[in-house]
Formats: sequence, structure tokens, C-alpha cells
Amino acid sequence: MLSIKNLHANIEGKEILKGINLEVNAGEVHAIMGPNGSGKSSLSSVLAGRENYEVTEGEVWLDGKNLLDMKPEERAREGVFLAFQYPVEIPGVSNINFLRTALSEIRIHRNLPPLSAKDFLKMTKEKQELVEFEAKLANRSLNQGFSGGEKKRNEVFQLAMLDPKLSILDETDSGLDIDALRIVSNGINKLRTADNAFVLITHYQRLLEYIVPDFVHVLYNGQIVRSGTKELALELEEKGYDWLKEEYHGQESINTK
Amino acid sequence: MEKDDMMLDELANKEYEFGFVTDIDMDISEVGLNEDTVRFISAKKNEPQWLLDWRMKGFRAFQKQDMPQWQNFEMPEIDFQSISYYAAPKKQAKYASLDEVDPELLKTFAKLGIPMSEQKQLAGVAVDVVFDSVSVSTTYKEHLNEMGIIFCSISEAVKNHPELVQKYLGTVVPHTDNTFASLNTAVFSDGSFVYIPKGVRCPMELSTYFRINAENTGQFERTLIIADEDSYVSYLEGCTAPMRDENQLHAAVVELIAMKGAEIKYSTVQNWYPGDKDGKGGIFNFVTKRGACRGDHSKISWTQVETGSAITWKYPSLILQGDHSSGEFYSVAVTNNKQIADTGTKIYHLGANTKSRIISKGISAGQGQNSYRGLVQMGSKAKNARNFTQCDSLLIGDQCGAHTFPYIESKNNTATIEHEATTSKIGEDQVFYLNQRGIDSEQAIALIVNGYAKEVLNQLPMEFAVEAQKLLSLTLEGSVG
Repeated sequence: MLSIKNLHANIEGKEILKGINLEVNAGEVHAIMGPNGSGKSSLSSVLAGRENYEVTEGEVWLDGKNLLDMKPEERAREGVFLAFQYPVEIPGVSNINFLRTALSEIRIHRNLPPLSAKDFLKMTKEKQELVEFEAKLANRSLNQGFSGGEKKRNEVFQLAMLDPKLSILDETDSGLDIDALRIVSNGINKLRTADNAFVLITHYQRLLEYIVPDFVHVLYNGQIVRSGTKELALELEEKGYDWLKEEYHGQESINTK
Repeated sequence: MEKDDMMLDELANKEYEFGFVTDIDMDISEVGLNEDTVRFISAKKNEPQWLLDWRMKGFRAFQKQDMPQWQNFEMPEIDFQSISYYAAPKKQAKYASLDEVDPELLKTFAKLGIPMSEQKQLAGVAVDVVFDSVSVSTTYKEHLNEMGIIFCSISEAVKNHPELVQKYLGTVVPHTDNTFASLNTAVFSDGSFVYIPKGVRCPMELSTYFRINAENTGQFERTLIIADEDSYVSYLEGCTAPMRDENQLHAAVVELIAMKGAEIKYSTVQNWYPGDKDGKGGIFNFVTKRGACRGDHSKISWTQVETGSAITWKYPSLILQGDHSSGEFYSVAVTNNKQIADTGTKIYHLGANTKSRIISKGISAGQGQNSYRGLVQMGSKAKNARNFTQCDSLLIGDQCGAHTFPYIESKNNTATIEHEATTSKIGEDQVFYLNQRGIDSEQAIALIVNGYAKEVLNQLPMEFAVEAQKLLSLTLEGSVG
């Protein structure tokens, strides 16, 4: 589904991704871990098309389409969903009205007929229950006055409504207490199908106890330095990142010799 | 930044959608302004002597006045001698049905999307269409007549209800008020007149569409609305103007009078031609609007959505005379490209326990300059008077400006005055967030702006609110910040 080949990207002239390679197939969950500043959030921003990042090299394909040629909204309509680390507040714009606009754009793109108000509300109710999102939050202004946990849960609710192919969750677990983490994880597990895929960006192994990944990758210094299965996450939990950093720098010094 | 510029360019190159000229024979007075012009207009309209005398007083006051200089922009040179002060469609007959109306005119209305049709009837709106200066079609008159409601052009009111016009005209905005109000007094062409009798609740929204059509024709509307004791009326005014290269002057006067227990709701959507991207052309909109809450427990509410005009100079004001009377001012003003808006309100609390509320939302994009200018005055007898003001500015891009000039004067230590103000910028983060959900930048801006202005838009009658939302989006199209 997603194919990232030798992706390099700069922000303000500074290279932040230095040759990422990653293949994600339908039905898979990938976790991307790594220390602070390793480029995890930059990767999600580049995939979503944030404009202050400049891709200098490499390719990104989504089901055979060149993602890098698309505007952010086109990527979204193609089925790329980014659950933001810090969802913004938009006063006066109701959550529901916003979702209706988003969904209708996506449906137009997929050549689906518009949903009637009745069907839309029915769907809203179903998805709210699925991801345990309170109706009163759904009816409020978009994220306005939401707690950190409520904002994250709203991201998952939106994910459920928009039904993307590829969901990238950027530290969705950060700032969640244990109950909220469980609710968010349950929601995501319910949304997993054989046709969609998830990329979880996280600092902590904790999230992976709830959402079990098929693959775990470690990002360091703008590159994936190690890939493995869920056991890798446990190893990281135990040993930290330093051994990988040392290994990486050791490798680097060999390469430069 | 590069993207911003591209978007701004795109916006700048967008043509004014309603820019076209209707080809109808016009009956136009010669250009220039002197006592004879005033007499010509009055004679054309077969007016009584008292009205001519009043026009003359207005003209003399106009001659003595200087152009106002306190506003936050340089007053453009206006050559009053190069303007024609009277234009009327030649066919002045009243029509029994729309079939008889000049088809060219109907086409114009269709392009503007003015639903002067059966749909309108279903929506329950009676429309008094002012095409340039003279009313050509008035509907619903009979139904309203039965209730004793008078809704007609002010010329008709002068003919049929002279005692009412003479009693109230110029009592809220005197002929000496300001340059533009004095000019309007001297040369006003037509406008609307509404009288709601005691205890009557007007069953429909009354609405008028104004439109400037003839080149070099000043537009001087005069509106007078009187709500007698315990009555209620909601009045809508909306307008679009065709594209012109020369600046056109629009100097309207609106007077509202609410007697004991009466309520008037006055809503405006203003979309005059704003000029091109370099600020060439466009309407100068210098309007004097004022309402008087004369009786106890009366209420007047102004709601305005100002998206058009090269310059908007407008301060719908309120005089709260009656005890327990209350006033509201809700405003959204948008400036894009080189548009200028200097707008706000003045509220004079005279009676005891009077209340007022001001919600002003300015939106600046392009190189637009937006000023809120407000005065809240608490008189010595205004015991326990209260005012709440909220004055917000939203900036799109980095070349526009927002300014606020709030004045507060209190001669009463029991008065409560609150003022809140915010300035914010549409964030790239907000736009990106919406992009990431499949919404393009144009629509994202529209959503954000409509959310920001919601508190004001909610005050508009339903169908007007929809129109206003579209206008906001249209005005800001492409101006991503």
C-alpha cells in the first residue's frame, strides 16, 4: 500500500530525513519508535504534505500513486489520515459540520453519492459508540476547550468517520492517562481491517501492549536503523536506545573509513 | 510564503462576479449640484412644498459643512459637481405581475440571485425592489395593508401618508448631522418606508434590495421605519452593484424609531463593488444609520455584514431614550485587496436601566484596512445602564491591518461597561489541519471565517445567513494566510 523509497527531506535547509525506506501492506500495523529528535514527527508531516518540509530526494507511493505530487487535501482524499500530535482548535466551527464537509469531499473523490443528513447522523452515532466518543463533544466547536485526552479521542473519532486507507498516528498516546489510552487503543483495534493499515509513531512501548504491531522500526538520525517484530519494542523498553545509537555511529564510522 | 503569494494573486485576479451593466433606458438629471438640482428632483417627484423646503435646508447645511477628517483613512476627493443626482427607469408604471416587468431588469435580478419570485412568497418575504432610485415592484402590499402595516417606497409614503413622513422624517438623523446626511437630505431619490401600527407583529421579514446601475449616478437612499407601541418588525437590506471604473458615491440615511415596547431588527448584507485588485473603482459607502428607542422597554438591533465597497464609512448608532430600552449591534466587516472599512457604532444611554451589546468581528485580508470605531456613552440619568462590548479582529496574510478605536464616556457611577477585544491570525496550522481532512484551502478559510463570525451570522434571518456565509467565502476566496 505505502512504499517509501530513500526519502530525504529538509526543514529550513536542515536535513531531517536522510533516506527512509519503508513498505507497509494492507492489513498491517507498523510502529515507529525512536528517541526525541530522530525525525518521527517529521516523517508524518512529510507524508501528510506539510508545506514547510522540502523533499529533496526519494519517492513515496500510495497504491501506485505518487503521493509527493499531491496537495495535502488530495492525499487525505486518497486515504492518508494523520492523527495529529497536537490537534488545533478552531473556534465556532462545529465538529460535526467540519466532519460533514470533510466526508463529503472524500466521498466526491471516491465517486460516492453524498450522504443524506439522516444517514450521516446515523453514521456519526455508530462511530461515536464504536470509539467511545461522547456526543456532547461531537457537537462542540472543533477541539475548542477540549482536554488533551479529548482532543486525541476526537482524532480517533475522525479516523473512524473518514475511513482512511493509511492512518498515521503521531504520538496519539502522549498525554493520555491509562483509561484514555485504553479507550483510544480499543477504538483503533476495532477499526483495523484487512484493507487498511496503521503507522503508529510512539515513544513508549506501553501503547504497543494495547495495539499489537506487526512490525517495529527504530528511527534514529533521520534513518530507520533497525526493524523487527513486536519483541524489538520490548527490547527497547528494557535497554533504551543507547545501544542502537552506539551501533549506528559505529557503523557510520566504518562506512566513512 | 510563496504559496500565500500565489493564492493572493489568484484572489486578486478574480473578477467581481456581479459586475455587469443592465441596458435599460434611464431618465437622468444633468450632472452637477445646486439649488436647481434639488428643485428638479423635488419637482420630478411631485413633492409637497414642506419637503422641498426641508431638502433646501439640507442643501444649505451641506454647503456649510466640511468633509469629516477623523476617520482612519484619507478621505478621497469627491467631486460633487460631476455626479448626476437623479436617475429613474423610464418605465415607471406599477405592474400587477412580474410578467409585465422589463425583461432586462428581471435578467439582472436573476444574475444577482434576487429571488423576486414565487419562491420568495413561500419564504414569506415581501420585497420592495429599489432599482437605482425608484421602486418598480412592491409585493405583499395587500396582505400587509390588512394589518395596517405600511411598507412602500418613501415617495409613495410622501403621497399617501404625508402626516407620518412629516412627523418623523429627519427626527433621528437631523438635516445638519454630517456632510453625507445633509447631502442625502437635499437629493435623496427614494428608499423605503415602514410603519407598524400599535400592537402589530409584522408576520414576515420585510426586505429591500438596493443596486446602483447608472454610470455616474449617486445613490441616495432614505429609509424610515417606525414601530409604534408594542409592535415588532424585522427588516432586511441587501445589495450588490455592477462593475464600474469610476468611483460611485453611496450616501444613504436610515432612521429607525421604536416606541414603547416596540422592537425593530434591522439586518444588512452589503456587497457593493469593492474595486479591482489595485483599488481602482469601487463604491464609496458613506452611510448614516441611527435608531431611536423612544419608548420604555423598546429595543433596536442592528446586524450588518459588510463585504463590499472600496470604502465603508458607517456607524449604525442607537439612542436609548426610554427606560429599560435596549440596543444591539452585531457586525462583520471584511476587507480584502485595497478595501477600507471604518465602521462601528455609537450607543447613547439616556434612560435608566438601559442595556446594550456590541459584537464586532473585523476580518482583514490582502492589503485591506479594517477599523472598529465605537462610542459608548452613559448619560447622567442612565442609572444602572449596562454595556458589553466585544471587538475581535482576524488577520489573513501579513499585509493587512486591523485597528480599534473604542471610546467610553460615563457620566454615571451606577453604569457598568465591559469591553473585550482580541486580535488573531488564521494559522497555517488550522488550514493544514483542515487540508489533512480532505478540505482544500479555500474551503478551509471559509469554514474558519464563518466559525469566527458565527455569533453575528446567527443574528441574521435564516436565508440571509446563508447568503452572508457565501459572500464571506466569496470575498475571501484565495486569501490563504
